[in-house]
Amino acid sequence: MNKFGERLKNGIITENPTFVQILGMCPTLAVTTSAINGLGMGLSTTVILIMSNLMIAMLRKVIPNRIRIPAYIVIIASFVTIVDFLLQAYLPELSESLGGYIKLIVVNCIILGRAEAYASKNPVAASAFDGLGMGLGFTIGLTAIGMVRELIGAGTFFGMTIPGYQPIGIFVLSPGAFLVMAFLIAFLNSRRRKSGKAAVSDTICRTEDCMHCSNTSCGGRFYDFDGETDMVGRLAEKQKQEKDTKSGQSQDGEVKQHE
Amino acid sequence: MNDAVKIILIAVSAALVNNVVLSRFLGLCPFLGVSKNMKSAAGMGVAVIFVIAISSAVSNLIYQFILVPLSLEYLQTIVFILVIAALVQFVEMFLKKVIPALHKTLGVYLPLITTNCAVLGVALNNVTDEYGFLESVVNGIGTAVGFTIAIIILAGVRERIEDNDIPVPFQGMPIVMLTAGLMAIAFMGFSGLIRL
Repeated sequence: MNKFGERLKNGIITENPTFVQILGMCPTLAVTTSAINGLGMGLSTTVILIMSNLMIAMLRKVIPNRIRIPAYIVIIASFVTIVDFLLQAYLPELSESLGGYIKLIVVNCIILGRAEAYASKNPVAASAFDGLGMGLGFTIGLTAIGMVRELIGAGTFFGMTIPGYQPIGIFVLSPGAFLVMAFLIAFLNSRRRKSGKAAVSDTICRTEDCMHCSNTSCGGRFYDFDGETDMVGRLAEKQKQEKDTKSGQSQDGEVKQHE
Repeated sequence: MNDAVKIILIAVSAALVNNVVLSRFLGLCPFLGVSKNMKSAAGMGVAVIFVIAISSAVSNLIYQFILVPLSLEYLQTIVFILVIAALVQFVEMFLKKVIPALHKTLGVYLPLITTNCAVLGVALNNVTDEYGFLESVVNGIGTAVGFTIAIIILAGVRERIEDNDIPVPFQGMPIVMLTAGLMAIAFMGFSGLIRL
């Protein structure tokens, strides 16, 4: 039981996808025009995360390692299609206002990232709770950003008008999304600096190539390839150097022992 | 409205009025990631034009001639994402074998494009708007040109602000987001340009 609680806390606080990992930027910027939209998008993502984590954890010993990414994508896309049709049938207004972004949950890096990082290696129940935690963390992030944008840009709070406030319309339009995110990341960076952690844009590559990487927030650290070296080559080079220094040290140790 | 005018309007609308990154927020990862210098931004832009043009053509053909006759339209999301992933791999192998010079320029960007939501977004958008083959391809190329314009402008601005005295918390991602925000305000000026 404790383990499940830990998964929830990990998703909502320790590794919050919006405020700590800054993942899933496209939906974060696109649908946070109001708190309700953020909440709807967050909950849809949560359902898909739980179901796909559940399914992938169940099939983790069946799916061959080499074709795991396409297999995960098919599983995720199936659940996305189901959720899309459910929303169209039962919540047509929300479905209308979220538009095509529900279908694009397929390429949301949080979901593939959790499949790769957690569900493919852990038992079913823990994976489901991991999905629930991450999904709730994402929902809280989207709802909070949506609330701020709605409050400043439309002068409403979950649709209720705030009397005597002149809204700044640009915050619910597309530039507002960029501006709010800029200030949010700047705030997170200054907090991280105080606690001695690396800035958001300095988070490290999580996999060997960008194609399977769940981290879209690297802001060009390894994308920054000039001329011949690509990010994969550069990362491989770095890992090789680390290996060399490690093996060099161990050899030194052996030499000393012999002496 | 005659067809030629409609095609031109689709292209202008996709490239400028509903710019893919600045007003629809698709393909943000490469937009923020590969815009550090002009050279890689241009390379990424060309690769995106290439992939989106091919993928919107192929996905339209698959939708028209396989999914609709079998009434399997509800599988569009699954089919499109697999087609795009396979297509990008195939294009990479094809270029490597046949046009090595082009592969050397575009090769590093191709794997990054599979997870670019703009590619899937365009394919799904073509279905929602009931575009035919020609319209789909024009919409795809228009969208990709819009992406290229945006990423090249951002790279140009980033090269200039590189050595400026930016407040410490705003260094890195935040200042890029602010720049993108100002660009989005500028692109809002296009919104009155056409009415479809």
